[in-house]
This record gives sequence, C-alpha cells and structure tokens, in this order.
Amino acid sequence: MSALRRSTPLAVTGKYLALAFYVGFALFPLYWLAKIAITPDKLIYTEGTALFPSKVTFENFETVLVATDFLAYFKNSLIVSLGTAAITTCFAAAAGYAFSRFDFRGKRLVIALMLITQMFPLLMIIAPIYKIVAAIGLLNSLTSLIIVYTAFNIPFATFLMQSFFDGIPKDLEEAGMIDGCTRFEALRKIIMPLTLPGLGATLGFVFTAAWSELLFALMLINSNDTMTFPVGLLTFVSKFSVDWGQMMAAGVLALVPSCLFFIFIQRYLVQGLTSGAVKG
Amino acid sequence: MARIQLNNIAKSYGSVEVMRDINLTIEDGEFIVLVGPSGCGKSTLLRMIAGLEPISGGDFTVDGKRMNEVPPRDRDMAMVFQSYALYPHMDVARNMGFSLEIRKAPNEERTSKVALAAQTLGLTKLTERLPKQLSGGQRQRVAMGRAIVRDPSAFLFDEPLSNLDAALRVEMRLEIARLHQRLKATMIYVTHDQVEALTLADRIVVLNAGDIQQVGTPLELYDRPANKFVAQFIGSPTMNILEIEPGEGGIRLKNGAALSVGLPDGQKRASELGVRPEHLNIVAPDAAHLSGTAELVEHLGSDTNIHAHVPGIGQVLVREHGHFPLKTGEPVGIAVDLAKTHLFDPDGRRLAA
Ligand SMILES: Nc1ncnc2c1ncn2[C@@H]1O[C@H](COP(=O)(O)OP(=O)(O)OP(=O)(O)O)[C@@H](O)[C@H]1O
Ligand SMILES: [Mg+2]
Repeated sequence: MSALRRSTPLAVTGKYLALAFYVGFALFPLYWLAKIAITPDKLIYTEGTALFPSKVTFENFETVLVATDFLAYFKNSLIVSLGTAAITTCFAAAAGYAFSRFDFRGKRLVIALMLITQMFPLLMIIAPIYKIVAAIGLLNSLTSLIIVYTAFNIPFATFLMQSFFDGIPKDLEEAGMIDGCTRFEALRKIIMPLTLPGLGATLGFVFTAAWSELLFALMLINSNDTMTFPVGLLTFVSKFSVDWGQMMAAGVLALVPSCLFFIFIQRYLVQGLTSGAVKG
Repeated sequence: MARIQLNNIAKSYGSVEVMRDINLTIEDGEFIVLVGPSGCGKSTLLRMIAGLEPISGGDFTVDGKRMNEVPPRDRDMAMVFQSYALYPHMDVARNMGFSLEIRKAPNEERTSKVALAAQTLGLTKLTERLPKQLSGGQRQRVAMGRAIVRDPSAFLFDEPLSNLDAALRVEMRLEIARLHQRLKATMIYVTHDQVEALTLADRIVVLNAGDIQQVGTPLELYDRPANKFVAQFIGSPTMNILEIEPGEGGIRLKNGAALSVGLPDGQKRASELGVRPEHLNIVAPDAAHLSGTAELVEHLGSDTNIHAHVPGIGQVLVREHGHFPLKTGEPVGIAVDLAKTHLFDPDGRRLAA
C-alpha cells in the first residue's frame, strides 16, 4: 500500500497532466468565446476552426458598447444581481444562524419545506409566477426579478450559511456572553467577523446565479429598458443571422463583473479564519 | 465575592431528566471541584451556574439573590472553557481585555489590567500574537488571563487542563492553586482527573448520573466515602471490593477466610468489604490473611502494583511502596490493615463503624 502512495516522478507527471487536462477542458469554451470576439467578421466562417485568428480586431467590442443597448442591459443586470445577492445573503445569514444555533418548534418542518422547494423543476412554476407578478403589477420591472431570484436562492443560500455557522464553535459566543456581551453583541463582534468567508461565498454564489438567469428574465421582462444582460444577448440573434462576433464580445464583457466580484471576495474565501479558536 | 446556593436544582432536556434535586452551598472564596464519570452532568451543572443553560427547576442564588433567569453577562462570573474558546480574530491582548472592552472600561485601565495579567501568566512577549500562533499551553494561559483580567466574583473552570500534556498539567495546576490563594475568589472546577480534584479542592462534589453522591474535603472522601461509588471513584488505583458474609468474631470472605473486622450494629446487612490497595501488604504466608499468586507485577518506581489472584476470591490489587522485589507467578501472602477497611451494605452504602 505505502509503495503506491509514494510519489514517483511518473505519478507526479500524471497528476499534473490530469490537472492540465481538467483546466484546459474547463477553460476552453471561455477561450473560444474570447477568440471569436476578437476575430473580424469576415474571418469567422473561413477560419472557423483555427486556434488563433490571422487578424485581430476590437471592432466588435466597440460596436457592442457604442451601437447597442448593451450598457443598459449591463446596468440592469448589475442592479438585479447585486440587489438579489445582498437581500438573499441577509436573509440567509439570519436564517442560517437560527438553524445552526437554536432549537425551536417546527425547525425540521421548515427545513424540509425549504428542501422541497429545491426539488421542483423551475418550468413547472413559470406560469403561476407570471400570474402573480402580473397581478401585483410588477411585470417589466427589475423589482420583480429581484423578488423572484431572492425567493429561489434563499433556501440553498441558507443551507450554505448554516454550514458556515456550524463550523464556528458555539463556545466562542458563549465565551463572549460570559465576557459581557448580549447574544446580539456576541454575534456582531465575534461571530460576524469569522463568517466573512461564508458571507463572501454566499454573495458570490447568489450573484452569479442571478447574473446568468435567463428563463424568468425572459418571461417577466419584455421592454428593452428593463432587459437584463442574458435576455439582451438574444437580441444579437436576428431572424436571418446571428451576429457571432458582437455576441461573443458582449459575452466577454459580461464576464468582467463576475471576475471582479470574485477577485474582491477571494480574500474572504481563504479558509482558516477560525483556526486557533479551539484546541486541535 | 459570592456565596452560591443551589436548592433542588433540576435539569431536563425535553422529556429527558438528566439532573434532579441538586442541593449544594458553596461558601465565599471556596474552591469546589466537581468530579464524576463522563456524562454525569458536571458540565451541565457548571453551565447552569454560568447562565449558559436554562435551569429547569429549583432555585439558584448568589449571596441570597435568586439568579435563575439572570443572563450570563450580569452574573459576574468568568469561565474557562475546555476548548479555551479564544476569539481567533483578536490578538492575545484584545482577547484578554475583551470583557473590559465590552464594559467600556477606560483604555488605560484596560491596558494596565491586561499587562498585569499577561505578566502573571508569563504572556508578556506574546500579547500581539493571534491564538493560532500559540501552543496549547499558551492558549490555555490566555484563556485563564481572560478570566482573571475581569476580577469576577466567581471563576468557573470546565476541565481546563484536559487538553494539556502531563508536565504542563502539573504546572498549570500549581498556577491555578496560586491564583486561588492570591484572589481568594469562589472557584468551581470541573475535572475527571482525581489528582487535580484532590490537590486543588477545599471540598469535592462527587456526581454520578445526575445525583450528588457525596460532598466533602478530599480526606473525608478518601477516609469515609459515603458509598461504594465514591469509594471506588476516589483513590488510585481503585479500591478492592470483596464479597463477605458475617462470621464468628467478624466477617468471613468468600473463600472461607475469617477476618476480625468490627461489625457495626446492623451487622447482618454488611455484604461487601472495601480495602484500598495501599492498605494491603505482601507478607510471609504464615502471617497472611489471604494467599494467592502474583499474576502481574507493575514496577512504577515509586510504587509497585501487584495484581494477585486469590483462589475463591479473584483479583486483588496490592500496592507496595518503592521497588518491591517480586516476580510474576510467585506465591504471595497478603495482610489486610483491618483498621482501614470499609463495609458496605447490599445497596452500596457505607456502614459507619
Ligand atoms: N443538548 C442535550 N440534549 C440532551 N441531553 C443532553 C444534552 N446535553 C447534554 N445532555 C446529557 O446530559 C448529561 C450530562 O452531560 P454533561 O455534558 O453535563 O456531562 P459531563 O459530566 O460534563 O461529561 P464529560 O465528562 O464527558 O464532559 C449526559 O448524559 C448527556 O447525554
Ligand atoms: Mg463535560
């Protein structure tokens, strides 16, 4: 057994080959997106399968930014995603803390219900959601999207937050309460700082989910003013042709906020904030 | 300063009753140690005193004031957790001064109190480190520092030394004893290490399955255990328990040997004899009360433990001082120090001579 575990040069090479293969596999679509975005329109079909275009252009980006409504879509998406991420995370943090720390009547029932909501295919509830939103007069508004996305993301985000709170020893807030904190003070001064990675991860997860959601955005939004970016992308598909270059350029631009967001929260995602709290 | 009283304290989790009718008075400045086997409710009792666990029944008073519903922060008690529970995102100084920070004490007071505590505990050079940069023993001292900075009316310790290695444990034990002498505060200390219990305690409370078995000074528990449980729990190695029946001029052991142990009045009820290993001696066969063979001889340097097999009775453990020249398999004669035996009735209660 131990002979197998010893790392021979062959095993190390194999490991890195596997890693390289995985990374390549995962990143190739992104590369292709970027490649097509900088390929001049004329060459898209003639050089369709070349790994790198013979000529590079940034014309597509220019067109997308100047001549289309892309910036408006982008802004709408940003509002919806940030709003959803912020609201969802607030609710999820509060609910996750309660699930993690308190025993109350109906706790298991609430958890079961939340799990059940995750089991329905979204298609099933599109029609009822549409009716509800229409009835309260929120069609074509960003608010409707924020509400719907928040509702859908809260269960998973809550479980995520709960697992982060579970990872923080109960002793810490008890020590805080003995030291003179109220439960809320202990939460704010001791638990919150230690939950930053959890909050970061939840924000990131919800933000990304909302950023790329298409189905409900398509159903609930018709007017160009309130279109979010994924819906806006579809406007590059006309009846007779698809404007691949511009569509890909828009796609590349759409990646920017997600990347920025994760770079920003990445330092909170680093594990080990609680190490040293307790023995072992 | 605090005189703590527990009157008929009970504790249930849902329908499960884990503790009932706990009555205990802890005098101001007393060092009380709670001992008992795992799961007997030591931590639960301590946490009820701290206010971390709701009390299901009875009255808990401090200096005559009922405190059952008072939240932990208003009880003026400091607690040292088994896990230390240091705040991982605060450095040592802030960890120790956190209670003062919460109470909005002036900065100078905080700095000076923390510095004093750090000095007492030998942490002066470490005040800027984070808990994760400390060794187990250092973390333990920070946890102690956090408690003494506050100058509380009572200290609660829940197995504070159980995560430390043997040498460090001895050192910290002395530290805690010194602390108690200096501060003269009420201290309640949970442990299952009987050396800690016997050396630190003014009085020991022995718990079993949610019941107080006996409360007394270390020597009282050792010399006059209330029942078989306490007799076997206190003292190491464990007391030998031999089955007996009343006989002429005393009692008879199961193998027929007679011992002239004075039986108290209700003599017919004595069913077991307890005798500690240190009150048995290896002697020449003709002077022996019991004879058998040495099955296992453990040389500990300061002591020698002889596990003897006595036909008709079974295993008997004898402890001799120093190095005792005896080999496994040799025949041994065992003399009983008759003045230091204990008699128990069928319910395990000790019969006072
Ligand atoms: N949340 C809970 N729900 C139900 N029973 C509990 C709960 N917490 C503790 N108990 C029970 O209460 C009893 C006392 O537990 P406690 O933690 O006080 O034991 P202990 O004496 O401190 O043991 P140890 O030496 O192992 O720390 C145990 O039998 C335990 O199973
Ligand atoms: Mg315990």
